[in-house]
Amino acid sequence: MKIVVAVKQVPDTNAEKTFDAATKRLNRTSIENVLNPFDEYAIEEALRLKEKAGADTTVSIVTMAPESGREVVRKALAMGADDATLLSSDALGGSDTMATAYALASAIKHVGFDLILTGTQSTDAINSVVPAALAEILGVPCLTYARTVTLSDGGVEVQRETESGYLRVKSPLPALVSVTKSANEPRYATLKGIMGAKKKEIKTFAPGDIGADADRLGEAGSKTVVSAIAPVGARAKGSVIQSSDGAEAARQIVDFLIGKKVI
Amino acid sequence: MSAFKWDDPLVLDSQLSDAEKMVRDAARDYCQGKLMPRVLEANRHERFDREILDEMGALGFLGSTIDGYGCAGVNSVSYGLIAREVERVDSGYRSAMSVQSSLVMHPIHAYGTDAQRERYLPRLGKGEIVGCFGLTEPDHGSDPGSMVTRARRSNGDYVLSGAKTWITNSPIADLFVVWAKDEGDVIRGFLIERGAKGLSAPPIEGKFALRASSTGEIIMDEVRVPRENVLPGVEGLAGPFGCLNKARYGIAWGALGAAEFCWLAARRYTLERSQFGRPLAANQLIQLKLANMQTEIALGLQGALRVGRLMDEHAATPEMVSLVKRNSCGKALDVARVSRDMHGGNGISDEFHVIRHVMNLEAVNTYEGTHDIHALILGRAQTGIQAFS
Repeated sequence: MKIVVAVKQVPDTNAEKTFDAATKRLNRTSIENVLNPFDEYAIEEALRLKEKAGADTTVSIVTMAPESGREVVRKALAMGADDATLLSSDALGGSDTMATAYALASAIKHVGFDLILTGTQSTDAINSVVPAALAEILGVPCLTYARTVTLSDGGVEVQRETESGYLRVKSPLPALVSVTKSANEPRYATLKGIMGAKKKEIKTFAPGDIGADADRLGEAGSKTVVSAIAPVGARAKGSVIQSSDGAEAARQIVDFLIGKKVI
Repeated sequence: MSAFKWDDPLVLDSQLSDAEKMVRDAARDYCQGKLMPRVLEANRHERFDREILDEMGALGFLGSTIDGYGCAGVNSVSYGLIAREVERVDSGYRSAMSVQSSLVMHPIHAYGTDAQRERYLPRLGKGEIVGCFGLTEPDHGSDPGSMVTRARRSNGDYVLSGAKTWITNSPIADLFVVWAKDEGDVIRGFLIERGAKGLSAPPIEGKFALRASSTGEIIMDEVRVPRENVLPGVEGLAGPFGCLNKARYGIAWGALGAAEFCWLAARRYTLERSQFGRPLAANQLIQLKLANMQTEIALGLQGALRVGRLMDEHAATPEMVSLVKRNSCGKALDVARVSRDMHGGNGISDEFHVIRHVMNLEAVNTYEGTHDIHALILGRAQTGIQAFS
């Protein structure tokens, strides 16, 4: 059983982000990059499946990133993944979600897989498109928002989170599953894991090495275009409920929360 | 030219290897995720959560520099980086880790027999058993050579009598590394297991520092120690001092972690709190204090890193460790006190955490060689005159 986890390098959530005015892209070189926190749930789930399934199951990490992506991948290896593949090339810069999914799909196909796990979104772009696009391009079933993942009888079964509960969804393998935050608590990298990760191989490929069609990559291969970027306006002031009648004020707060579908 | 990073002014980050940065980040993730949420209650109720040692063991933080016996075998710089992250949360947690690693696992590894190593190191490394280190006595602190704990020979074994005090982890310890004088007045190390007849380890209550770690005494009343539980590889004060050297090096990093917390808290607090219509941080008095904190911490970290690198090259001396232990503790205590002051009335509330660091650092500045004793070590080294007695 070969499990592939697709991960992304994102800017540190706490870092102050800036954009390049000309390319309208995020400046990634001057800031601390981290493993997308949502991807850690997918890695953890893969490692747990491997621990249950036994020695003939492997967990491979696949990412598309500049050279700096190596550090981020190392963390996944320190957590316990077996090997990693970095798809890296200047030609990939400016890829939109579909071009990204195509590039990742090419790399995953090259690596080989029975099951692909992903997070549900990245903390930078927050498009949540790549998992479904990946499955579509690879022509495999797509099981999204899984809070549990179980392997049985040559297939995979998940509990798919919904607003009101969960659905039980099954599919044969190969398949793609996106894993939610409620699936698990990702493990910390151990010191032994970190020392061991130094010895694990990170294979690096350019798109040409894996037979990816150059026309479908980078800015030229992207169908969506960022036409403008602008700072977020100042947040509107919150509303203050003032009333001498506590019960009435509480009612107003409850109505407000119901209106916002919070309760 | 690169931009100045105010929170890493001398770019410590660029002096670390990728693996060292990963160790630091993993330690920070754990400490902020698992230790920070517990510390307020633990400190308030004077409680050490025993499972913390299991967690640290699972991550490889215990005996981390030892190669083999299930330990990770990281370098001294990595060990320092871990100490810094743990003490950023609490000096008590770092103390528990230091004692297990440097004062218990290190002497067994460095001075013990193969059988002793096999018997204890894997379990100590996992946190399955807890160790403590008995050197200080009620009447013998800075002058351990005058200890009165005695080890008498009896049918080839030893019988120990005496009392040790201010012993981190002793109330919860399964294994006691105790230093005692034999009949020839030679200091030797002994491994005593919990449950030995005549051994007790009552807790010391009412501490105002290191409340989140367990501290106690070790009372030995004719405790029989089998001959195979003597540490054969060392005799004299070199034994305990070899251990203390390792632990003091970790403290040099750790104390600065606590200082960093207090500095960053003071910065945030004075930026957010407005008085007289503007942030406190707009005042020159505040900015001077922040600049002093930033400077001392940045320089202190460079010193700790330098000694760590030399330690990894086997070129560090105990005097270097005295220099950075003394500097880090004294400066960290100053930073914490000033941060407490900058927090105004809120500075005395444990919910702001700074007063806890102030109280902790009072102990850290004193234990493992007081600020003054380390000055005397450095004074002796440059004058050739010892001023201890």
